[in-house]
Amino acid sequence: MPIWGRDQSRGCRGVLEVRQIDAAYGELRALTRVSVRVEPAEIVALVGSNGAGKTTLLRCIAGLVPVRGGRVLWDEEDLGALLPHQVVERGVALVPEGRRLFGRMTVEENLALGAFGRRAREGRAAMLERIYAIFPRLAERRRQRAGTLSGGEQQMVAIGRALMTRPRLLMLDEPSLGLAPRIVEAMLGVLTEVHRAGVAVFLVEQNVRAALGLAHRAYLLEHGAVVGEGRGADLLADPGVRRAYLGPLALLG
Amino acid sequence: MPALAQALVLGALIGALYGLAAAGLSLVFGVLKVLNVAHGELIMLGGYAAFWLFALFGLDPFLSLLLVVPLMAILGLVLYGGLFRFIVRLGEETRIKNSLLVGFGLALTLHALAVRLFTADERSITTSYGSRPLVLGGVVIPLGRLLSLAVALALVALLHGFLQRARWGRAIRATAEDWEAALLLGIDVRRAYVLAFALGTALAGAAGSLVSVGYSISPAIGLEWTLKALIVIVLAGLGSVFGTFVAGVVLGCAEGLSATVFGGPYREVVGLLLFFCVLAARPEGLFGRP
Amino acid sequence: MALLTLEGVSKAFAGVQAVRDVSFVVPAGGILGVMGPNGSGKTTLFNLIAGALRPDRGRIRLRERDVTGLAPHRMCAHGVARTFQHVRLFPGLSVRDNVLVGLYHGRRWGRRWGRRWGRSRAEPDPERAVAQLLAVVGLSAKAHLRAARLSLLDRRWLELARALATGPDLLLLDEFMAGLTPAETAAAMTVIRRVHAEGTTLMLVEHIVWALLDLSDRIVVLSAGEKIAEGPPGAIATDPAVVDAYLGAGPIEGMPRGA
Repeated sequence: MPIWGRDQSRGCRGVLEVRQIDAAYGELRALTRVSVRVEPAEIVALVGSNGAGKTTLLRCIAGLVPVRGGRVLWDEEDLGALLPHQVVERGVALVPEGRRLFGRMTVEENLALGAFGRRAREGRAAMLERIYAIFPRLAERRRQRAGTLSGGEQQMVAIGRALMTRPRLLMLDEPSLGLAPRIVEAMLGVLTEVHRAGVAVFLVEQNVRAALGLAHRAYLLEHGAVVGEGRGADLLADPGVRRAYLGPLALLG
Repeated sequence: MPALAQALVLGALIGALYGLAAAGLSLVFGVLKVLNVAHGELIMLGGYAAFWLFALFGLDPFLSLLLVVPLMAILGLVLYGGLFRFIVRLGEETRIKNSLLVGFGLALTLHALAVRLFTADERSITTSYGSRPLVLGGVVIPLGRLLSLAVALALVALLHGFLQRARWGRAIRATAEDWEAALLLGIDVRRAYVLAFALGTALAGAAGSLVSVGYSISPAIGLEWTLKALIVIVLAGLGSVFGTFVAGVVLGCAEGLSATVFGGPYREVVGLLLFFCVLAARPEGLFGRP
Repeated sequence: MALLTLEGVSKAFAGVQAVRDVSFVVPAGGILGVMGPNGSGKTTLFNLIAGALRPDRGRIRLRERDVTGLAPHRMCAHGVARTFQHVRLFPGLSVRDNVLVGLYHGRRWGRRWGRRWGRSRAEPDPERAVAQLLAVVGLSAKAHLRAARLSLLDRRWLELARALATGPDLLLLDEFMAGLTPAETAAAMTVIRRVHAEGTTLMLVEHIVWALLDLSDRIVVLSAGEKIAEGPPGAIATDPAVVDAYLGAGPIEGMPRGA
């Protein structure tokens, strides 16, 4: 059973197309003529060193950062005119960096809030059970306050909460940050399952090699511009990635 | 110790109203991160609404709550749309500075308006049953004030239930914790702000109505009540509606105690001392969750 | 001679070990670079050295003197200056006045205590000193502009000039290149080399790894709070442990691939 709601399976394709967007924080140029594309049911990774603009790109798509020049198209609709909560309603969800849970609320309350929108509200109970099936540890802790969970569990709640909005595209910003390798493995496995359920994934991930291994395609971002694109496996071997993170010296030896 | 017990009971009775007043202010501050220093003036307006409905139409003040609360909610919508809506767009530091400026300006305006319209005289509602005394174990409890406590408690319970169970109640709590995360879940944060502000104003109005029953109101009570509400918020911390109510009662009792033990003029002192002690020992408040 | 020595420095926040048992030496006259991926503890380490944080364990020495846990203004008086990642200037003052504050503040301390530490700090000609500093960073033409009106890069220069005005022996640069275009980064590197050539020892914490590798004569790499590598840039850039830290250890056994 696909995760997205009834009205979406009516011929809507679920293509994200970012066309030549610019973005800035005040004078700080963050993105320059960036174009990316995510097809339905793809896993696309976004890699690049710190400060390259990865978070900014995700936030632009989500509607949190204004886009100057260029357009963000989702199913041919320009998301630039929408407010963030409206973008979610269209089926694009972002799991922001740092989890950002509502620590004073319980796990279940956090998850339930994901189904706030009209579209997500129908079938909410079924969706909740689905989430608990994907994350059994959360089912055990459903009445626990979210702030008391471990980092890995919090990340699961954050992903689960975003899934409750019934997205067709799930974007994640560095979900493995601060998590132990075992947990990261489990979490990336979850993304595979999510993808199998018909949700496209756009992933910014610190464990670059793991992300490139998991993704169908990937983009390399540097200084706010796209400098590389290709299949995940190809970019894994591409020295350009190493250079982007560690500079030209890294290519020797 | 009949005098002491009496003082405590009377203190608790007014404390309940402190708690209700603080609940409204706490809601606005917690969600919008704006300190509405005109909150006391809104209480004052609620009191006058109840008073004039009684004086002109003979409407029982407890019944008129059904009118006063929605009217004050509408006033809240107007004030938000006309004034506070612009402040929430600002960054944190500017927001605090501007909210104080705007709040004080609003307070002065409302105060002056009230003096003009209602004169500076003290008003009070005296119903037939209001001053009927209940005597319990040597302690005299005016019926009107007891009913006020019951209503205050009921309103606080309603607020708590709304915040816990209702869809928009939970949305408001989420917005208070992390508005950006709330936005990313499809919550229209602007609506949460409007709702919280309207609710806060409505609660202020209700508190004011209840004040006009057992006590007296005048245009001057605004500042006093804002301060009381502020003290209660600091005592209680943010995040618990019932905690705020209890902290209000605690403040009331502390004041009553100190008036009895140290004499009338020192009534406020114990309250303030309590305030400092709690701040020093437990900065997040007695019931606050850090 | 070692200018700055760290021995077993550790710092934890609410149960998270941000920096764990880090030791290294900054030789006088050198440029030390500190790098590491997100969450590696670079910023915490920087703040520990600058005096903004106090280590839980370990020692920090400036030459022979133990300066562990000294407050930032005391560190400044001892000759350690720092810049801020989010530039903190005095926006209402002119460029020249911003630098003057650094001149008077840093040196005033020095004048009082300078003799005790064997450093001469008297500044007979403030105007000339300011002019020299502005020339080093290239802001001479803008000396009378209000700081608030400068561009981002110029503000970074001013912050640098002001830090230099305090007459430091050791200058700490906190992500100086953040948010700069490649051209601006190259310009920044030129100025930093110029500052170094005048005799100031530098320690840089940076995310822009290529710039760091280019500037530094020695690099320390942190990952998850620990030092995982130390050495010259060429060795660091190709060190497998460093590459793993930045690119991740890769797909883990049993994890689904290329779904």
